[in-house]
Amino acid sequence: MPATLVQLEAICRFYAAGDTEVRALDGVSLTIEEGEFVAIMGPSGSGKSTLMNILGCLDRPTEGRYVLAGREVSRLSKGELAEVRNRVLGFVFQSFNLLPRTSALENVEVPLLYQGVRSRERHRRAIDALDRVGLADRLAHNPNQLSGGQQQRVAIARALVTRPRLILADEPTGNLDSRTSLEVMAIFQELGAQGITVVLVTHEADVAKFASREVVVKDGRVRSDEKRVAQSARAVAGET
Amino acid sequence: MNGWQTLRVALRAILRNKLRSFLTTLGIIIGVGAVIAMMAIGAGAKEQVEQAFAAMGTNLLIVLPGSSNSAGARGGYGSMPTLTKDDLEAVRTQIPSVKRAAPALRSSQSLVSDESNWTTSVTGTTPDYFLVRNWPMQSGVSLTDPDIEAGTKVMVLGQTVADKLFGANGDPIGQTIRVGSTPFSVVGVATAKGQSSSGQDYDDAAFIPISTYEHKIQGSLNNYLQGVIYVEATSAADVDRAQKDITALLRDRHHLSPRDDDDFSIRNMSEIAGARQQGTETMTMLLASVAAVSLLVGGIGIMNIMLVSVTERTREIGLRMALGAKPLNILTQFLIEALTLAMAGGALGIGVGLGIAQALAHRFGWPMLVQPDVIVLSVLFSASVGIVFGLYPARKASQLDPIDALRYE
Repeated sequence: MPATLVQLEAICRFYAAGDTEVRALDGVSLTIEEGEFVAIMGPSGSGKSTLMNILGCLDRPTEGRYVLAGREVSRLSKGELAEVRNRVLGFVFQSFNLLPRTSALENVEVPLLYQGVRSRERHRRAIDALDRVGLADRLAHNPNQLSGGQQQRVAIARALVTRPRLILADEPTGNLDSRTSLEVMAIFQELGAQGITVVLVTHEADVAKFASREVVVKDGRVRSDEKRVAQSARAVAGET
Repeated sequence: MNGWQTLRVALRAILRNKLRSFLTTLGIIIGVGAVIAMMAIGAGAKEQVEQAFAAMGTNLLIVLPGSSNSAGARGGYGSMPTLTKDDLEAVRTQIPSVKRAAPALRSSQSLVSDESNWTTSVTGTTPDYFLVRNWPMQSGVSLTDPDIEAGTKVMVLGQTVADKLFGANGDPIGQTIRVGSTPFSVVGVATAKGQSSSGQDYDDAAFIPISTYEHKIQGSLNNYLQGVIYVEATSAADVDRAQKDITALLRDRHHLSPRDDDDFSIRNMSEIAGARQQGTETMTMLLASVAAVSLLVGGIGIMNIMLVSVTERTREIGLRMALGAKPLNILTQFLIEALTLAMAGGALGIGVGLGIAQALAHRFGWPMLVQPDVIVLSVLFSASVGIVFGLYPARKASQLDPIDALRYE
């Protein structure tokens, strides 16, 4: 029986937009076990981004409880949330968000800087993380010298380098062609196999099919939540 | 994230836009450069004035006799002897703020040695004169009290006179000099004192005992002094008090009613020195305020460019926050960047300032004095400019919302 990593209980997130109140999330409850690969789907405006922000400790819920890795994080201060993001979470963004004019190695080291890891250890772990995504030969390359798929793999290495419990990927294949998308999805599937939990936000069913669980969000509520046997991205890549 | 890493990130951000960073620091460079140059020149000019007045004598007052007034035609000061030897004694002994006082009776005389002759000013005075004027002997001895009492025919020469009569390498001590028909024996040569601020050569002078002067050079006026009194106050702070007390004492001794003008005058040398110093101080203040304005403008420039930098790097800030940077990390990072800009400007400014000071000092022949405290002050000042003007942009950066910052285009 795997341990519970994420526990959302009746999470609400309201925004004031002028006189009206926008209910971006309206009572979402969700439990994610360790090692799961979850795809969160929904059309734009469904609240999936807000859910992602809350899961990523970038935002705090208006109401409800969020327990992450056994710790209640819904009422933490900004500084405490930063520390949770640093130690427990890893982020992968649609637009990669690598620091420009900075080598792949240094980009991957950034989260370790905020942990106060010493320089030699930082180098070692960053090289290790880049090796895991198959970029051990691109350490000194700046982002503008790398292809889109390579940049996203650097970003994944950056998410992995802190040995997080949960990786949050926000439309990670949105800027990639279908072949590199498959490569990236294959990496996520392998992470899941290694016991790292991955939550993927996407609106593409083609991408979501690689996850082992699909949560559909609409109008701030969970509409469906089903587990299934995921397709192997490697196998699909092999066919094409 | 430790200080060194923060500094590295800051340096990288600054060096990414080299020209922009340089232009930003230009205000600080000019401001600090102006402060350093002005302080160095101001201190040099002050030192020069002080040296000139120290040569004249320290804490010096000169009491001059009053003017003659015959049939309404008033002569200048000194045209009539109004000061007496008793006045001198009274000034010397009765006023606590007076340290020493010496008479100076002066006339132009022709000095004749065995080989040469030279016309110079001969002063009849007392040993105190050399103390009041802060004027030690270079060789031989000064006049002594027994010389005054006995009216001996001894003479102390100024450096210029010694050179003129005995050559630059000659030894005047023990030689005989005639003034008219009176032979004087040279007992001492005073150290070279240089020129007064008005260009008069202090060293073109000879000194003999006052009693001998009155006896042999210029007929005595009995109790009246045919000359002036040099007074040294006990300290620089006491000069004004001494001047007041001497005035009161002499008015009393001369039985002047409150309606009468003084029949003497007192020249306050420290007042003249003070006026000069005030001139240079005013100049320094003026330029310092220009420098302060320049530093202010420089600070605003830094704030401006830091605000631009925060806006440009909004996504980077959002990313760093998502990866675990706390608001304090972001605040520190931008503050260090502003501080580095300001300090770099300060360091360059110090170099520029020293260069300008050196060039001006060389051009105008001023001494250049660089006080280390001014440099320390400039560094601290530019650092505080960096902190003060960097704080707002840094706070703005640290308070960004990571979600909005990440989405910023």
